[in-house]
Amino acid sequence: MSEILQPQSPGIPLPVPTLYSQPYWDGCKVAELRYQRCRDCGAITMDPAPACSACFSTNLDWEVSTGEGEVYSWTTVWRPQTPAFTVPYVAVIVTLDEGFWLLANLINCPVDAVHVGMRVKTTFVELSEEITLPYFEPAD
Amino acid sequence: MTSAPKEAKNQVQTGPETTRVRSITRMPSKGFTRHSPPLFSLFSWSGNKRRRGGGQENGLWWGVAPVADLAAPSARPLPVTGPATTTPSKQPAAPPDGGIDWTCHNTSIQPARRLDIYLVAKHPFHDVAIVGIANSEQARILEGHDSTTITFQAVHRVLADTGLSPSDIDGVAAGPFSGPLTYYMRNGPSWRHYMAPSIPTILDAASAIATGQCHTVLVAHGSAGVYTERASTAPWTRPAHEFVVAYGMFTAAEFALIAQRHMHMHGTTPEQLATVAATIRNNGHVHPDAVYHGRGPFTPDDILASRMVSDPFHLLDCAMTSEGACALILTTRERARDLPTKPVFILGGACDSFGPSYQHPPAWDLAGPGGRNNGYTGRWAAQKSFAMAELGPTDVDVCEFYDPFSFEIIRQFEAYGFCEEGEGGEFIMDGRIGPGGQYPVTTDGGTMSFSHGGAAVQQLQRVIRGVEQLRGTCVTSQVPDAQVAMCSNGGAGALFTDVMLLGTETP
Repeated sequence: MSEILQPQSPGIPLPVPTLYSQPYWDGCKVAELRYQRCRDCGAITMDPAPACSACFSTNLDWEVSTGEGEVYSWTTVWRPQTPAFTVPYVAVIVTLDEGFWLLANLINCPVDAVHVGMRVKTTFVELSEEITLPYFEPAD
Repeated sequence: MTSAPKEAKNQVQTGPETTRVRSITRMPSKGFTRHSPPLFSLFSWSGNKRRRGGGQENGLWWGVAPVADLAAPSARPLPVTGPATTTPSKQPAAPPDGGIDWTCHNTSIQPARRLDIYLVAKHPFHDVAIVGIANSEQARILEGHDSTTITFQAVHRVLADTGLSPSDIDGVAAGPFSGPLTYYMRNGPSWRHYMAPSIPTILDAASAIATGQCHTVLVAHGSAGVYTERASTAPWTRPAHEFVVAYGMFTAAEFALIAQRHMHMHGTTPEQLATVAATIRNNGHVHPDAVYHGRGPFTPDDILASRMVSDPFHLLDCAMTSEGACALILTTRERARDLPTKPVFILGGACDSFGPSYQHPPAWDLAGPGGRNNGYTGRWAAQKSFAMAELGPTDVDVCEFYDPFSFEIIRQFEAYGFCEEGEGGEFIMDGRIGPGGQYPVTTDGGTMSFSHGGAAVQQLQRVIRGVEQLRGTCVTSQVPDAQVAMCSNGGAGALFTDVMLLGTETP
């Protein structure tokens, strides 16, 4: 039976939030996947940004995603970035149902099951007091 | 396969023998029938299109002619120089055939002035030549060197190659070494450039020369002693950024996400990727200066048998890490005449970027205006470069493409218009990109086998090898009678691709 992908353990390098990304990371701590929507043109901006990627307005609101989407592309990594990471791990770009991309790792899934189009949902793993990471897992 | 059969084009039957003739069809460099549109027209065309929010999108927004048009230019009339009061709203759409719009849209230019420009129009890059190239020692680890000392070795060698002394240099583009080199060479006051040099730097240097800011620029870079934590991937492969850092991302995984998407869309196979890797590694295998000289020869099966790094990339699909430096010298066409080396001219060059490398999801479909997408980053730079050079893909004799990962070569053949989208995997098979093939690729072994001397050094090496091919001085894998080389840097996994066309002569 194929290995089941696990989240990484504390000790991996962690994100350092910026002024404009802090609400995103605050959302992760309460199990919300937040994204920005432009009050002027309605477009979604992701990753968190200081301005709308459609009209460049700074008039942005935060909304909460359903966290569901499908795998857009993937790679199974067998050579870790640093020894802090446990292999194998799977990096996926997921197209969320709202229409934005998020890059994260896939967990709770057999290592050889990932494929483009696979339905996934977010799950959150606390790695430090400040940082809770969004991961994806199979939706079913 | 839509690419014209190049060999057929390059050869004419002369009895029992087949003689190769140049495929470059160029118009005279001056006069009314000149094929190249004047730059003012091109730039204003671009600006108008952008102000209109994209407008017609046939992939030719910059006024670039399709290959067929470039290959067989008809005697086009002078641009229609309408009254200076013509309003932008009356500007014509692009010609229905997708060819160049010859009309000058810059209404701020008076007709007489426009005519002057048209008559003398010549791309400024064409006045600049690369006259010096050099590599330092390259090795997995260069004992007794740091980044500065190895860079200075390359600088000494490039000065020797060119027969110039430091006092002949009045511009330095060597990233962090620009300041130190100027100080130690005592060549100030000097033009300088602080970005770690690669193709954009060379183009900046050429622009500085063409605009009279300086006349002779030293481009140099080197790296040694930087990669020490060998249990981790090289530091330049994993820049920390909040949206990738915790997911174990590094260059192989970033580029794998691009390759995997292409494989899903078009059925590109691991065997096709492995064919690219084997071809390039075999070029390095025979090159005496390659870090991995003598490590082969490799078959595609050897590549597929190496351990998996980041699916679909096996170890031998990936660039290596090494140490080393290299340097180039650029000068004016005029000054090049007095130098002992054969000048190689910059026929064209441009850069495509979709954002910072390794910070955001490297999505194939990340798009700019008009649907121009990251998956084909480099396409628009290539179109501009071909237009400047008055050439098309079939005119390219040697493809010194950047090879961070095997798939990138397949992607570039599609992006630059050598083949159709999705056909790159088939296109590179059957020896087409190997020695003696239609489009020999990365002929020194590239970053997979020749050297990957740090974060940026290896990008300059594509241009150095292009120059070497056009000088005809390659010790291995010399393409006979090479006259046009296409060089590139970057890749879709890094959201950018830079392109340069080099030639033994200018239009």
